[in-house]
Amino acid sequence: MNIWWLMVLCGVITFLIRYSFIAVEGHYQPPSWFRRLLPFVPVAALTALTVPELLLVQGQILLGGDNPRLWAGLVAIVVAALWRNTLLTIGCGFLSLFVLQRIW
Amino acid sequence: MTSAQAFSLGLRSVAPILVGVTPFGVIYGVVALQSGIPPLAAMAMSSIVFAGSAQFLLAQLVGVGAPFLLTAGAVGLVNLRHALYSASVAPILARLPRRWKILLAYLLTDEAYAAAIPHLLASETESSKSAQAHWILFGSGLGLWASWQFATLAGVLIGTQLPPNLGLDFALPLTFIAIVVPMINSPAMLLAALSAGAVAVALAVLPYKVGLFVGAIAGLVVGAFLSETMRSRQK
Repeated sequence: MNIWWLMVLCGVITFLIRYSFIAVEGHYQPPSWFRRLLPFVPVAALTALTVPELLLVQGQILLGGDNPRLWAGLVAIVVAALWRNTLLTIGCGFLSLFVLQRIW
Repeated sequence: MTSAQAFSLGLRSVAPILVGVTPFGVIYGVVALQSGIPPLAAMAMSSIVFAGSAQFLLAQLVGVGAPFLLTAGAVGLVNLRHALYSASVAPILARLPRRWKILLAYLLTDEAYAAAIPHLLASETESSKSAQAHWILFGSGLGLWASWQFATLAGVLIGTQLPPNLGLDFALPLTFIAIVVPMINSPAMLLAALSAGAVAVALAVLPYKVGLFVGAIAGLVVGAFLSETMRSRQK
């Protein structure tokens, strides 16, 4: 197996996925129900990426003190909701993780 | 807003994310070498494929000697969610020349999209910003691209000598939280987020991160269905 050909193929596939809707925009009119899904893309996709990172530890759902990332994440969610500030949210999340890892 | 200001806005919006992405890039470099990928190829993958989680998977599959087409198919599945980002930004980029569309599609990662999208959505309603919206996405995309190349290089060169995980990768989920939470402005949006997260966790056992894509789709459908139901009730 040639690693270079594999990388090029994977690169082309990845690019075509990312180019797909950008390329056909204007040439093809998606159905109206499709347009109504789009406002939810950022929230749905990024939440689907994030929640498993908080809840799962090596494939298992952990809700207790043995999963400080979950609790630090919840602190970050509250901070983000109250102050809507990216750096403050990241800072409080890291601080919580740091403190919780030492308490528990 | 000038193109330079828009570019700078994109760069600044992705800056906090880079703190979390850089350790990932370093770890990728280490994993790639451990999988038997030559240093030059490991480095080149970061610009040819340019997709964090897919590169990890590719390196692992190469390491276990998985078949050529299966590996490529798995990488496609892992990156399928990027089609959603493509659909999301397509109307905003509609009037650009093709070379811009190709460049921005190449740079359309989770992180660049996440950093730019609040500004892109705002630009749709502010005419002063809308003409330069693509510069915002270019700024976040190029910022991420440059740091990913740098991190990969660091991983290939010195990664094996670094102390084990410092927990800096937690910056990525934290940044996504900082971006998503302020975007939740309606019950439909909240339920879209909750269903996306719940389905993604429930399906986390599925291979190739398919659960992430199905979770995102579940969130879209729930959100759109609820907002339609509420709209028809108000009539």
